[in-house]
Amino acid sequence: MSLLDVRDLSVVFQRRGERPFTAVDKVSFTVEPGQTVGLVGESGCGKSVTSLAIMGLLPKRGNKVTGEVLFEGTDLLKLRPDDMRDRRGREISMIFQDPLSSLNPVIPIGIQVAEVLERHQGRDRKQALRESRELLDAVGIPDPQRRLTEYPHQISGGMRQRALIAIALACKPRLLIADEPTTALDVTIQAQILTLLKQLVDETGTALVMITHDLGVVAGLCDTVNVLYGGKVVERERRHELFAHARHPYTHGLLNSVPRLDSPRGERLHAIRGSVADNIPWVEGCAFAPRCDNVVDACLEGPPPLEPTATGGDLRCNNPVSEEVAVR
Amino acid sequence: MLRVIVRRLLQLVVTLIALSALIFIWLRNLPGGPVEALLGERATPERRALLTKALGYDQPILVQYGKFMQRVVTGDFGNSIRTGDPVTEVISRAFPATIELALAAMIIAVGLGVPLGYLAARWRGRSLDNLTIAGTLLGISIPIFFLGYLLKDVFTQNIHWFPPSGRLTTGLDNTNVTGFFVLDGLLTREFDASADALWHLILPAITLATIPLAVIVRITRASVLDVLNEDYVRTAEAKGLRHRTIRGRHILRNALLPVVTTIGLQTGALLSGAVLTEKVYNWGGIGTLITDSISGGRDYPVLQAIILLAALVFVVVNLLVDLSYAFIDPRVRVR
Repeated sequence: MSLLDVRDLSVVFQRRGERPFTAVDKVSFTVEPGQTVGLVGESGCGKSVTSLAIMGLLPKRGNKVTGEVLFEGTDLLKLRPDDMRDRRGREISMIFQDPLSSLNPVIPIGIQVAEVLERHQGRDRKQALRESRELLDAVGIPDPQRRLTEYPHQISGGMRQRALIAIALACKPRLLIADEPTTALDVTIQAQILTLLKQLVDETGTALVMITHDLGVVAGLCDTVNVLYGGKVVERERRHELFAHARHPYTHGLLNSVPRLDSPRGERLHAIRGSVADNIPWVEGCAFAPRCDNVVDACLEGPPPLEPTATGGDLRCNNPVSEEVAVR
Repeated sequence: MLRVIVRRLLQLVVTLIALSALIFIWLRNLPGGPVEALLGERATPERRALLTKALGYDQPILVQYGKFMQRVVTGDFGNSIRTGDPVTEVISRAFPATIELALAAMIIAVGLGVPLGYLAARWRGRSLDNLTIAGTLLGISIPIFFLGYLLKDVFTQNIHWFPPSGRLTTGLDNTNVTGFFVLDGLLTREFDASADALWHLILPAITLATIPLAVIVRITRASVLDVLNEDYVRTAEAKGLRHRTIRGRHILRNALLPVVTTIGLQTGALLSGAVLTEKVYNWGGIGTLITDSISGGRDYPVLQAIILLAALVFVVVNLLVDLSYAFIDPRVRVR
């Protein structure tokens, strides 16, 4: 049994007087215990909404979530809100993009770590603070005793994200969802945080769902990668396969648009033309078709199915990029 | 922190001096005055001149002001022209009544306003929210004197739930300790007096509370709505914290910052509202003293002292609000 088995997860936003908008469209993927899985895509592809739906953190009103989110066989979407509340922070944790705004500005760091332990592990304040100091130490925050009484604005951005990681891992969850955890950080700090995450999930055996638009993050961390486009999975591959033979024109374009130090001088950087605004609805064809170089007639006749590939992945494309082109 | 307090207190002194000069000049330029009030319209010019001279009003205004300030720094505000009692005594008799009324009104406004504002935000767009918004609009728009007479009419004339006026039932005696009748009753174990005072307090307090209540509900609602969208509330939810922890520690603590500021600013509304409320319910406080001192022949010494006192209260309350900020919000502390 997979640790997390997401089946046909859909999220439709429906506000009064507006057309319903399908942010996540029948997304399925699995996460095995201890595995690191990437959800990759550009802004608006539905990756964050997917993670919030798994966590049960979407607003109560204005959206409809369907499908199944099986966590160790239990469908999280069917749990009573209080039962889900008992699991959040204990079995499944999440860290977010902006570490400054994700920490409460008027509460000392120590309390913000300790309150998870008080809630889920039944610790009293004193014991929880002692363990919080050890947690802060474990995520590499210098002088953890002093940090306990400091406030988020008094520590650096990198330290804040470390503190959030300490909070997320305080109860040794089996699954950690990281939503763009390095996007708001300096490049030098990004690498440190990724290394820390990798080290911690390896040590604790926590499975990690890494949500990112940054293929560099994927390359360094993920075992399996799900590429999302317009709310659907368009390609799923093991990491090495993906980087060697990306077959979906979108993935291919993403990989080609990464600047490389060894590319010939004067060569123009490759870009995917258009923007997500050019998407067509999936019912009318492939959402990526208007931006795709490989578009064929079939692409505008209906959504292409997600089909298994020879390399063990899945691909949703009528005219995939041939392997020769993909290898760069 | 100490430096901030000292600086603010110095500012307060400057404010009060400037204000005292303004009031002094402004009052003496109002039509009518104590001489006319004391002697009546048909007094001979000679008698008027005599009294004007006796009261010292014939001297240049700057000289008058200088003499006034000279006495003020020694704590002497002169005597009431109307009654002849020392101004300090007149005011200290009336002041506790107004403070008691204002405190009761503030307790109602905050105690009711914060939960209502929170609930309205939590149930945004639902009937409770719409009802609250409509209610606050009414609360802000309705004139105090109108509401006062309306409540008085309904609850003392039609249904006899509350006494129509005064602070205590006539004939009931209480021992005066602090001047707060409800508190005095408790301190001296005269519980019947305390209950009676509370019974008298309720209607005026509700009347005076309406505007601050409406303002606090609105500010709380808007502020909670802002905080609900904050990332740290989502983090708190992601931690699986209990509702009451998220509400108390993560939402309200942040949302109450603007509310605290509002409470300070509403002190002004309370002071001006007290004048009207006290008149309606015949509440023997500063408000009544102001109206009596104006209509009873421009009692300059009393009026000057009251206005200065009101300004002092306003500035001190807002100073306390600013200082309390530092305790609620650590980001203010470092500055």
